[in-house]
Amino acid sequence: MKVQGKVHKYGSNVDTDVIIPARYLNTADPKELAAHCMEDIDTEFVKNVKAGDIMVADRNFGCGSSREHAPIAIKASGISCVIAATFARIFYRNAINIGLAILECEEASKDIKDGDDVSVDFDTGIITNNTSGKTYQAEPFPPFIQNIIEKGGLLNSISK
Amino acid sequence: MGMTMTQKILAAHAGLPEVKAGQLIEAKLDIVLGNDVTSPVAINEFERCGASSVFDKSRIALVMDHFTPNKDIKSAQHCKQVREFAGKYDIDNYFDVGQMGIEHALLPEKGIVLPGDTVIGADSHTCTYGALGAFSTGVGSTDMAAGMISGKAWFKVPSAIKVVLKGKPAENVSGKDVILHLIGRIGVDGALYRSLEFCGEGVKHLSMDDRLCIANMAIEGGAKNGIFPVDDVTLAYVNERAKRDYKVFEADEDAQYDEVVEIDLSALRPTVAFPHLPENTKTIDEIKPEEVMIDQVVIGSCTNGRMEDMRAAAAILKGRKVNKNVRTIVIPATQKIYLDCIREGLTEIFVEAGAVVSTPTCGPCLGGHMGILAKGERAVATTNRNFVGRMGHPESEVYLASPAVAAASAVAGYIADPDKI
Repeated sequence: MKVQGKVHKYGSNVDTDVIIPARYLNTADPKELAAHCMEDIDTEFVKNVKAGDIMVADRNFGCGSSREHAPIAIKASGISCVIAATFARIFYRNAINIGLAILECEEASKDIKDGDDVSVDFDTGIITNNTSGKTYQAEPFPPFIQNIIEKGGLLNSISK
Repeated sequence: MGMTMTQKILAAHAGLPEVKAGQLIEAKLDIVLGNDVTSPVAINEFERCGASSVFDKSRIALVMDHFTPNKDIKSAQHCKQVREFAGKYDIDNYFDVGQMGIEHALLPEKGIVLPGDTVIGADSHTCTYGALGAFSTGVGSTDMAAGMISGKAWFKVPSAIKVVLKGKPAENVSGKDVILHLIGRIGVDGALYRSLEFCGEGVKHLSMDDRLCIANMAIEGGAKNGIFPVDDVTLAYVNERAKRDYKVFEADEDAQYDEVVEIDLSALRPTVAFPHLPENTKTIDEIKPEEVMIDQVVIGSCTNGRMEDMRAAAAILKGRKVNKNVRTIVIPATQKIYLDCIREGLTEIFVEAGAVVSTPTCGPCLGGHMGILAKGERAVATTNRNFVGRMGHPESEVYLASPAVAAASAVAGYIADPDKI
């Protein structure tokens, strides 16, 4: 599976309160959540994001609350993959469980700039920055995780 | 090779003689927890995959605490959905308005979580129960759904940081100051993917409420869990509450740790985390009087809404008035604590000081309701997070502190030293 899109770049410690503020947690509807994704640190994100775009951040992405609404909001906004130097552990688990592709790659996270055009190959873990021409090697997902993401989440992958 | 306390609990729940850091295991769960924000998502997943039963109706806890008493129609719909689910599956530990409290204060108080347990909760502060000597960690709603169906969860066995506590804390230095100090040292991702294992002779000087507060904020250092050894203090707390058997685990003497951090409790000072990360800590001595003027104080939450927290705040507010510019909100974390505050005369102290006393709710901690900040406003809160927009407007600010510092600040109108008020 491969994805390609424009990069939305953020720094370290992007917490789940800014990914989706708690004032919107009175709904579990992915579209409603996506309408407010990132708004407390980037009011332009929702206006600019297009289906297939890629989010890149530095360390400890998704720290804080365990709200699964955070990866749901990112996925429903159209983001096809999040690349970060490291992820907070609950977010990491939640992202896989709801079928949002995520990759840890410190070099890519440092080099890639906002607005770059990036491709990701989940089979090989290779990240290509089409703007700069540089490539990066992330650890690819094992087949069972790839299966969860392709099926759209953990429970989709186990239910008949 | 020796195992940490966390590793021993996980090995026992996986039916294995030994586990190693990094190993993937499937463990049996003693308790699966959810609240009114995370449970609806879990119930949707539960129903979507066609489940028709829960693994054990006595091992699931559903606590309506975040947006309750219902703050709006959508929140009311969520609680109704969880209430109907709890009724359909006859969930024993369903707690609604009137019985509920803030989940991480309520479950230990009711004896629902016990030493040696393995617990997952769809709330990041589920790590609180490590104070009782349990392995306990936050997960998302999908893991909660799978846990309610199967009674199991998969884990990557964590490595650990050993936190050795020495000495006795001074008056007005509490568990909150210990954990803020630690996070200030290791950073908000200092324990990422790992356990924080607390030990040392200093532990005996920490009350259960101190330990629950410390374990509660392990997640703010990125940890998978925080855990304390079980001692006489733990056993005295647990034995008057437990309704089932439990098992005490100890770390092996030759357990392997990634690193060791020592904290001299006697040298700690009241500590405050400045916006917008819990690692941005300063001691009270580094903050000048009138340096940080404030608009609101919140004393409560799963971190500091317990009886000792109420007593610490009341000791400072007794016979004093809160500053006219500071809206002061006191939130006892459970119905029992609320009642004990009335019986001990603390509620009268709070109201006479000019504070409001709320029914238990997570409310303002996560910017839900009951004390939202306007643009540019500042609050001192005994809560656990000071992220951008956490308590309201994205341009508001939250300063994290102990109940003693929060109460002193409410009186002063700025962040203040409880010893100098």
